[in-house]
Amino acid sequence: MTHSILLLLLAVLVLLAFWLGERRSLSLVGGGRGIRNLHSLPYYYGMLTALWCGLPALLVMGLWLLFQNTVITGLISAHFPGDWQALDAGQRGLLINEIRNVVSGQITLEGVRPQVLAAAAEYRQMQSIANLALSGLVLVIAIAGLGFAHRQISPTLRARNAVERIFEWLLLGCSTIAVFVTIGIVLSVVYESLRFFHVVSVHEFLLGLSWSPQTALRADQAGSSGAFGAVPLFLGTAMISGIAMLIAVPVGLFSAIYLAEYADRRFRSVVKPVLEVLAGIPTVVYGFFAALTVGPALRNLGEVVGLSVASESALAAGLVMGVMIIPFISSLSDDMISAVPQSLRDGAYALGATRSETIRQVVLRAALPGIVGGVLLAISRAIGETMIVVMAAGLAANLTANPLEAVTTVTVQIVTLLTGDQEFDSPKTLAAFALGLVLFLVTLALNVVALKVVRKYREQYE
Amino acid sequence: MSKSVAETRALVEKSLRRRQWAERRFRAYGLGAVLLGLLFVVVLFTSVFSQGWSAFRQTNLTLEVFYDPAVIDPEGTADADTLAVADYPALVRAALKQRFPDVEGRTATRQLSDLVSSSAANVLQARLTADHSLMGKHETLRFLADDKVDQLLKGRISRDLDEADRALSDQQVQWIDALKHDGVLSLDFNRGFFSNGDSREPEQAGVWGAFVGSLYTLGVTLLLSFPIAVATAIYLEEFARRTRWTDLIEVNINNLAAVPSIVFGLLGLAMFLNIFGMPRSAPLVGGLVLALLTLPTIIIASRAAIKAVPPSIREAALGMGASKLQMVMHHVLPLAMPGMLTGTIIGMARALGETAPLLMIGMVAFIVDVPHSLTAPATVLPVQVFLWSDSPERAFIERTSAAIIVLLVFLVVMNATAVVLRNRFERRW
Amino acid sequence: MNAATDSPAAKAAHPVPEASATPETKTVGRITVDDPLICARNVDVFYGEKRAIKDVSIDIARNQVLAMIGPSGCGKSTFLRCFNRMNDTIEQARVAGSIKLEGQDIYDRRQDVVQLRARIGMVFQKPNPFPKSIYENVAYGPRIHGLAADRIELDEIVQTSLKRAGLWDEVKDRLGAPGTSLSGGQQQRLCIARTIAVNPEVILMDEPCSALDPIATARIEDLIDELRASYAIAIVTHSMQQAARVSQRTAYFHLGDLIEVGETDRIFTNPRHKLTEDYITGRFG
Ligand SMILES: Nc1ncnc2c1ncn2[C@@H]1O[C@H](COP(=O)(O)OP(=O)(O)OP(=O)(O)O)[C@@H](O)[C@H]1O
Ligand SMILES: [Mg+2]
Repeated sequence: MTHSILLLLLAVLVLLAFWLGERRSLSLVGGGRGIRNLHSLPYYYGMLTALWCGLPALLVMGLWLLFQNTVITGLISAHFPGDWQALDAGQRGLLINEIRNVVSGQITLEGVRPQVLAAAAEYRQMQSIANLALSGLVLVIAIAGLGFAHRQISPTLRARNAVERIFEWLLLGCSTIAVFVTIGIVLSVVYESLRFFHVVSVHEFLLGLSWSPQTALRADQAGSSGAFGAVPLFLGTAMISGIAMLIAVPVGLFSAIYLAEYADRRFRSVVKPVLEVLAGIPTVVYGFFAALTVGPALRNLGEVVGLSVASESALAAGLVMGVMIIPFISSLSDDMISAVPQSLRDGAYALGATRSETIRQVVLRAALPGIVGGVLLAISRAIGETMIVVMAAGLAANLTANPLEAVTTVTVQIVTLLTGDQEFDSPKTLAAFALGLVLFLVTLALNVVALKVVRKYREQYE
Repeated sequence: MSKSVAETRALVEKSLRRRQWAERRFRAYGLGAVLLGLLFVVVLFTSVFSQGWSAFRQTNLTLEVFYDPAVIDPEGTADADTLAVADYPALVRAALKQRFPDVEGRTATRQLSDLVSSSAANVLQARLTADHSLMGKHETLRFLADDKVDQLLKGRISRDLDEADRALSDQQVQWIDALKHDGVLSLDFNRGFFSNGDSREPEQAGVWGAFVGSLYTLGVTLLLSFPIAVATAIYLEEFARRTRWTDLIEVNINNLAAVPSIVFGLLGLAMFLNIFGMPRSAPLVGGLVLALLTLPTIIIASRAAIKAVPPSIREAALGMGASKLQMVMHHVLPLAMPGMLTGTIIGMARALGETAPLLMIGMVAFIVDVPHSLTAPATVLPVQVFLWSDSPERAFIERTSAAIIVLLVFLVVMNATAVVLRNRFERRW
Repeated sequence: MNAATDSPAAKAAHPVPEASATPETKTVGRITVDDPLICARNVDVFYGEKRAIKDVSIDIARNQVLAMIGPSGCGKSTFLRCFNRMNDTIEQARVAGSIKLEGQDIYDRRQDVVQLRARIGMVFQKPNPFPKSIYENVAYGPRIHGLAADRIELDEIVQTSLKRAGLWDEVKDRLGAPGTSLSGGQQQRLCIARTIAVNPEVILMDEPCSALDPIATARIEDLIDELRASYAIAIVTHSMQQAARVSQRTAYFHLGDLIEVGETDRIFTNPRHKLTEDYITGRFG
């Protein structure tokens, strides 16, 4: 917890800096009455001093902490005994993980190899040296910043402008984080995927019909890697999403129509929030519901009718996912339908069209692009949905078109490949990132198209 | 070419019946869809509540135990080490045997002692460690009954099943009935559920650890995402000139809002864990990932809130000689704050229910301890739901549902706060 | 001090070929004054491609009210907003030419807009009090500009400003009430009080009475007349009566051009330019 103490110290310094800066500016002009001779309010001189004191120090601290572990890891792996140096990257990753676990005290020390303990001790020692160095550095920077700003203060110093400039840069910095997140996603997913595609060809991955990554466990023995043909996953994802859309689109659309065009205000004001509750329920709850209630119910139903339904059937997962997406479709369609100008409806009514004819032939036709956009967004949601399928769909990659059988999806495989003990760098782990890349690209494409369509539509009626 | 008026009217009338029928059918479809939606809500909630409700009560068994020095401390040393490793389960066994003196044999004894939770021995140890004077005395205590006893009494394990298919043997059922008849079995409020961490034993498992984990994680999320999102919104709405760069930021935010959450988990795994070497399973990393995930939501809401502040207020401030930053800080931000907070709470509610990305960064580990720091291994409520739902024990089903109820209550409180905030402070201009 | 208004020469019936100091301009009448506080020269304003103000030059005198009139959309507001650089807030707006306040170019790169706006206050068409208390509305300016050393001085500033704006008696018992709870006329006087609390040298007013009823309008007009003793005032108005009542000089704008400037009495009784005449005699839409 030395870092929190350091932060506390820094905070105290910053407050001190504020006070000193404010005081100095006032004393330069001879106290409160002379305030008019200052370019800015004393507050800003304090602020400027505080910023100079705190910002660089915080920045250095953040960067340092970000890379500290990586650097230390690099240093101790340089000291590894000879037989460890010979390890391949995957085993080395496991080893480093073990050392880190020992350091953080997350595992019991019983049965840990002495070399690991030694490495952990070295790690700890470096950590404490690093922490000491960091504390010293940060405090020196903070005090230097304080001193520098304090010396600068003069009645003509444009403190307010300087402070505002700094804040504006900070705001700009924050707004770029969104971009960095995207870059981070792309980099991490693409980098690991590229390594995967060194082992398994893109062609095999995208077009192969058999998926059994578990055999990759034997990879280091015989050089045989498992089967990484992702087509069964794509088809499974498509099937479950398709079932979901078959439920969600009609139910969502028709309830939107009913609520927007037929229902009276009271009915609408009660029913709409209740339906929106469905959107606020965590997906893990849907997953539990699908696995525990819907799955067995479907199987029993199947037994009665004489069909064999797998207990983890695509149908169960798809059904529940459809329920989850209903409010999404209905609220988007509601917006789109409400955006259709009344004059269009009036035109149809004046010709003697019935309500449903007006809705079908005028309102829906006008709102169609918007609704299509909404449906595309919903599809991207369904594809990316994870918990429902993890809990209710199967693990085995069956290549089947029968919704009563168990299928698996892209997200299920990502989760199963990456939870539990991981071997770094095995094709099995990397495959998850390749799947993630596909998922990211497909949903991104859907979103871009959908947003374009929706925006075009909105502009049309604004 | 053109028809007479009478002809037209006849044609219209002829089609009228069909059209009115179609009208009614269409309307029925709409109503049907709405009712179907409502039905789903009802079924979902009844299913969760009917299964989870019973977990808030737990069966306890009252026994008189004898702190037998011959068992605990045969040599009479009375030092802490001896007390720490003593055979406390034997005391519990003895207490049970006292009730059923005619039980003989290893199997039968094991079956009998299976009726009490393994936590009973821990209770005895804790009491004796705290108060050495108990040695050699009798004490009547209430212990957790085993989860199977609990399930039988709640009717979740059927007595009609064949013995082979039932988790409890006929003999055990008889004992339970006898205990019940003696009035030593009682159903009480399940305090442990709200104060314990996770456990392999259903009767000892609680949501407190996950709850605290959720609080830590959401704390990190809030601390990171709120300031960053507000700063971004302010920059984009008040400072940025429309350039390629700001367009790029905008497109980015809109697309990030729709990236599947599991992809954020991949980012967390590859960047935070593998590259920056942050600890696995930690609320710090979980909070970080969820912060990135909720960022777009809060930014979009905050921008809307800022947009809703009328420009005349800005002109007034600028006209007075306020600088742009002063205008924002003194006038725009306070007026937009309720809207921003509402958006933030909604974003937080989403983060609270988020599971998938946390699986990627190892927050699925089985963790008994209640987390005590941001870097300690922890889990969160929805992940706890996921973990329990995977457990084979019958008793975990009701606990999963109960954990869901806790989660939903938490969510309802958050959303209600958002609604109240919106209604109380929203200004209409 | 009392600066001279139009010189006697300007009152003469013939168009005056001014001394060499007078810049060349298409504008009819004398655009200069003897002791100018602000000199605008060859000002152009563009909204993107659109040229909303075309090569306008005019002086603003101390202790005098300058009225700007003209048909809707002719650029009065645009021009007025040039003086305290409110046009900076409109992204596509661009100002060319020079505007000098006591010889200092206000569009100079080194000019701090914040300081400028403290010297040149502005009252807007729609009353726009901050959604804060009456007291806070008036105290805001002195606070951000550090005009009061302590609370007592601040109270004093608030009180005098409200008094000068003729609002004190109506609000002295409820200074804590929100500014938005006042009537429209009171709100506008509050905005004026807020502006004069900063003790500016110039007050710009953009149709300050257009949202008010005749009685409230009359009060504001009286107020403007009083304020003239201490400030230079430029007011945009659609009411010719108002211009005649409150101003000493009047400028007539048409489609971004400054057509004619002169003493108010003269403009309304004896306009020289055809467009001016059409407008004030109501022949122009
Ligand atoms: N923000 C803007 N962007 C683009 N053009 C603008 C903008 N503001 C004003 N204009 C244009 O500049 C011209 C002058 O507008 P301005 O508001 O100055 O007129 P005005 O004389 O004040 O009119 P009114 O009497 O109606 O207030 C008009 O043609 C107007 O359309
Ligand atoms: Mg105007």
